[in-house]
Amino acid sequence: MKAELSPRRQVFLYGLLCVLLIPFVFPTWWMVTSSVKPISDIFAFPPQLVPARYDWTTYSKVFELQPFVKQYWNSAYIAALVTIGTMVVSSMAGYAFARIRFPFANTIFMVVLLGLLIPSEVTIVPLFQMFLKAGMVNTHWPLILVPIFGAPSVFATFVMRQFFIALPVELEEAARVDGLGRFKIFRKIALPLARPALASVAIFTFLHSWNLYLEPIVFLSSADKFTLPQALTQYTDAYGGPMWNIQLAAATLTALPVLIVFIIAQKQFVEGLAHTGLKG
Amino acid sequence: MAVVQQTARPEARSSSSFWTIARRDSLAGFLFIAPQLIGITLFVLIPLCLVFWYSLHEWNVLANTFTYTGVANYEMLLEDTSLPSVLGATAIFSAGLVIFNLSLALLLAVLLNQKLAGITIFRTMFFSPVVVSLVAWTIVWGFLLQKNGGINGVLLVFGIEGPNWLREPVTAMISVIVVQVFKNVGLNMILFLAALQGVPNELYEAARIDGAPRFKQFRRITLPLISPTILLTSIITIVGSLQVFAQIAVLTQGGPGLTTTVLVYYLYQQAFQFHFFGYGSTLSIVLFAIVAVLTFAQWQMRKRIVFYES
Repeated sequence: MKAELSPRRQVFLYGLLCVLLIPFVFPTWWMVTSSVKPISDIFAFPPQLVPARYDWTTYSKVFELQPFVKQYWNSAYIAALVTIGTMVVSSMAGYAFARIRFPFANTIFMVVLLGLLIPSEVTIVPLFQMFLKAGMVNTHWPLILVPIFGAPSVFATFVMRQFFIALPVELEEAARVDGLGRFKIFRKIALPLARPALASVAIFTFLHSWNLYLEPIVFLSSADKFTLPQALTQYTDAYGGPMWNIQLAAATLTALPVLIVFIIAQKQFVEGLAHTGLKG
Repeated sequence: MAVVQQTARPEARSSSSFWTIARRDSLAGFLFIAPQLIGITLFVLIPLCLVFWYSLHEWNVLANTFTYTGVANYEMLLEDTSLPSVLGATAIFSAGLVIFNLSLALLLAVLLNQKLAGITIFRTMFFSPVVVSLVAWTIVWGFLLQKNGGINGVLLVFGIEGPNWLREPVTAMISVIVVQVFKNVGLNMILFLAALQGVPNELYEAARIDGAPRFKQFRRITLPLISPTILLTSIITIVGSLQVFAQIAVLTQGGPGLTTTVLVYYLYQQAFQFHFFGYGSTLSIVLFAIVAVLTFAQWQMRKRIVFYES
């Protein structure tokens, strides 16, 4: 499979890859370019691959029509808290399941794994009722607490456990002989070695929180509480039809920062996620 | 090192004999898993019991009544004339998504596994939609799929009049599947690529010496060796396909008619738009049962299909 390809085959392969690439790359290009076209041009025929005229007012309208800065902040701080929280909870639980012998460990692990089997959509009705009783509807608490401690963090715990199981135990045993406590061994020895696994946990947790859609529209009702995915769909005209160029401008502002970070750190992203899956 | 031993926990070693190493370990273990265990109890186990309890009740939000009705909600499932088409749409969506996703992921992984200059740039670009915000991605596709949108514009350049993709039953279903596949196929592609790179090269060399054609090499060597990854990705993809919501809500709102109303979207409508929390809970139980059965079936299949497991 890894044999050197003939030049003709290489050209064919490049061509094939470029064609296949269109639906992956073109939408992002179309989103960015259409967001700066005047409204009269966005459905122009023939389609303008490069804007003929520019209209930057769409971007100021994004901020005028909704508290977009606030919504951006909501999404960002929720995703940051959820990411850090999940890293703490899942690395501790994953370490315990991999390394520490305690009663009922296997039974508890099976119970926790149940979280993988239960999509959060199944429990959305009772969760809504519970948070309603707790007076936390239309606050960000459900979007922070459930992902960190509930079903979404189980996958992270599983990934961390698999990583710690594969890690050689000798270093920790030496520290134990030296009389270090469990928590110190975890923090000073195991956790620093677990950086690659933690990085992939951080990446998929962040993306999961950043993309969350059902939970925000169930739990949040006022515009200044909205998160980005929810806010994007709110740029509509008097008839409920989408204001395309403004939606696309807001979508560009939402997507580009993450995309840029990804392009800079793509190696860690891709290999981190591949690593996660393989160990599953 | 002896100094560390002295200073680290002098009192723990000399203190009462109750705190043996095993007991201290048990305590540490429980403390380590406590946040996760409490979270799972509070946000998964209790809600799971509640959702079953709710499903046995008629819940009128406006009148604020909550009456036990036994299996009435489950009888309603059988009488619900929308349910067959909802389950049908769910099945078509999931089947279409899994087949298209896995075959495209495998094709891309095989292509990206070739020795070619600049192949990592292609890998990055195929993966990029995974990190684009889901709703942003969906909005752009919704824009492209409009009657006078970009896709029909390109088709018209070639003299083809395209359909109104999101407003006709068949094309609407194809559209939501395709949009979802292009968004996430990069993940499976990477998993397959890692699996392909794990196949020992000697096997191919041996096959080449024996004169096995490339296709046969793929079928007889590659596929069996990556079958654990195929199983894993198919489980993740199927369970993920049953959770699809944002794409439906943004692109088609379940339409036209009920053709793209999948189970989660129907559940959302019943519970949070019409406030039938009892019936919504019953639908949640149906979703749970489907996921459980599928996961169990795939787990069983592992024994028959998966050829090799590390």
